[in-house]
Amino acid sequence: MAEIRLENVVKRFNEDEVVKNLDLTIADGSFTVIVGPSGCGKSTTLRMIAGLESPTSGDIWIGDQCVTNVEPGKRNIAMVFQNYALYPTMTVRKNIEFGLVNKKVPKVEREALIQEISDIVGLTEHLDKKPQQLSGGQRQRVALARAMVKKPKVFILDEPLSNLDAKLRGQMRRELIQLHKRLGTTFVYVTHDQVEAMSMGDQIILLNKGVVQQVDSPMNMYHDPNNVFTAEFIGTPAMNILERERLEIFLPSLLECVRYVGFKPEHAHISAEMEKMPDHLVMKSEIITTETLGAETIYTVVNQAGTMNIKSFAEPITDTQKVYIAIPFDHLYFFDEKEQRIRAAGDKNIETPKPAMAGGA
Amino acid sequence: MKKNPLWKILNGIGLLLLITIFALPFVWMISTSFKTLGETMVFPPKWIPNNLLWENFSKAWNSGPFLKYFLNSTIVALGILVLQFATIIPAAYAFARYKFKGSNFFFGVTMVTLMIPTQLIFLPVYLQMSAWGLLDSLWALILPFASSAFGIFLLRQSFKQVPEELLEAARLDQASEWQIIMKIMVPMAKPVLITFAMFSFIAHWNDYFWPLVMTTTDASRTLPLGISKLREVDGGVAWNILMAGNLILVVPILFVFFFAQRQIIRAFVYTGVK
Repeated sequence: MAEIRLENVVKRFNEDEVVKNLDLTIADGSFTVIVGPSGCGKSTTLRMIAGLESPTSGDIWIGDQCVTNVEPGKRNIAMVFQNYALYPTMTVRKNIEFGLVNKKVPKVEREALIQEISDIVGLTEHLDKKPQQLSGGQRQRVALARAMVKKPKVFILDEPLSNLDAKLRGQMRRELIQLHKRLGTTFVYVTHDQVEAMSMGDQIILLNKGVVQQVDSPMNMYHDPNNVFTAEFIGTPAMNILERERLEIFLPSLLECVRYVGFKPEHAHISAEMEKMPDHLVMKSEIITTETLGAETIYTVVNQAGTMNIKSFAEPITDTQKVYIAIPFDHLYFFDEKEQRIRAAGDKNIETPKPAMAGGA
Repeated sequence: MKKNPLWKILNGIGLLLLITIFALPFVWMISTSFKTLGETMVFPPKWIPNNLLWENFSKAWNSGPFLKYFLNSTIVALGILVLQFATIIPAAYAFARYKFKGSNFFFGVTMVTLMIPTQLIFLPVYLQMSAWGLLDSLWALILPFASSAFGIFLLRQSFKQVPEELLEAARLDQASEWQIIMKIMVPMAKPVLITFAMFSFIAHWNDYFWPLVMTTTDASRTLPLGISKLREVDGGVAWNILMAGNLILVVPILFVFFFAQRQIIRAFVYTGVK
């Protein structure tokens, strides 16, 4: 029902340009996550869509209506706030009902809606309590119910899970995914947590300093980053980015345009013995820390090219600090001096694949 | 914390002394209001009179148009309160939540009025009331107090503490500014409003100076003026009757205190929200 479009949207606070010439389309019915480090303009973007801030210039469309100058209450959207923003003096029922009363929905209809929604989010027995008698997770559900009951065209969620503990956050994450499937409404979700973005979104918008870095599906974002920023933001741990100069002893034959080389922690093999591996970047390294997470182990290693993270699903190496790490050439990512990705296949960036270790080829 | 028993005892004695200092005149007033005139002169004073002379109260009440005074006082104190609420709530909301040209200046001006004593401005106000032909009417007692800088200040502070997201949530819920004030801000500021109401009611219920200046006939006089007239009976002062009158004056305030205290506790329980 409602696609959201931002056309050349600029937002300045005094001299500070927080959002720079933003052009975005958020597909109807999508679960779009706007993600980025703090201060990247993601919340401002969200608030402009909600109408809580007005853009300095540019237009915002919801469906086929230009809403740039429409007040928040008339945009047919609902928002869930980071701190829930429940009305503290009202009961849960009144909280959910408030928007409906203001919309002049008849009482009988209101009752039915509240019943229906509170069943969905599991609040029926708490309807007559005040917000402060509820736990964090329950308050979050009230905030969701308050948004859902208005049957909006667009749901806007501003870091709604960041006040919950890790376990509850995981649970609410899954509930939100189910809720989105069930309602089929457009969700716009802001977070600074790339794990939330990856796990919930079907489209991710990555912002940095008010500029869109990449708009893509989670898997594309992960496998095919546009630039160094995306590569370093997505993934746990994120991609290792190495500078050309420090790599030259390992990879003397890089093409002229390559400035940075990256690889994902899980694409590196780690072993105590040096193996002959053709078409691999092999680096003799020393383990600094070992984090054993059960299924996987994350090593931080240091070598002449710098410090990097390696993820391994093999048994943890405990008997030695001296290891060799090897990354296949076709799993290397290359970036130019503007930190933009060079998309030619991995080994095309290496003139003649003859690094020191490639002896057996 | 010190758990020294000696300290606890000293602390207890200190508190008892304090209570005595504050409560003694009050107890004396109650005691005197039940005495015969003779008993009020006995030294050392008798705390419990031989007979409880309830007729002191009816004597006091019947010595003048006390029903009229009582009604006037009630109308004035409550009328002021209603008008104050009607003016300070929107003003405090505007000062707390809107940025407008000169908002700091106007707030400053409002605060300055806090520092001007009534005695300083009664003359111009008197002339104004006279020009409007309102002298010796209840309007002259109510209108000058229709707003309160103190109330605006107090309420503005409390409105400022309401998180901005709450207002944003309400705006997304299609609430008008007026609904935001009445449904969200005012309920959250309930303890402050009740506290202010108590101060205001007591101050104007007990006010002696203003009615003395503005009124000339019993038709618009209030209780404190009526009580003070009790002193003028029969040359000497009938202390027992005077104290009975004072008790009549004070009882509504005790009632307000009692009521407000329970309300304040309730209001605090419901609002401490994070």
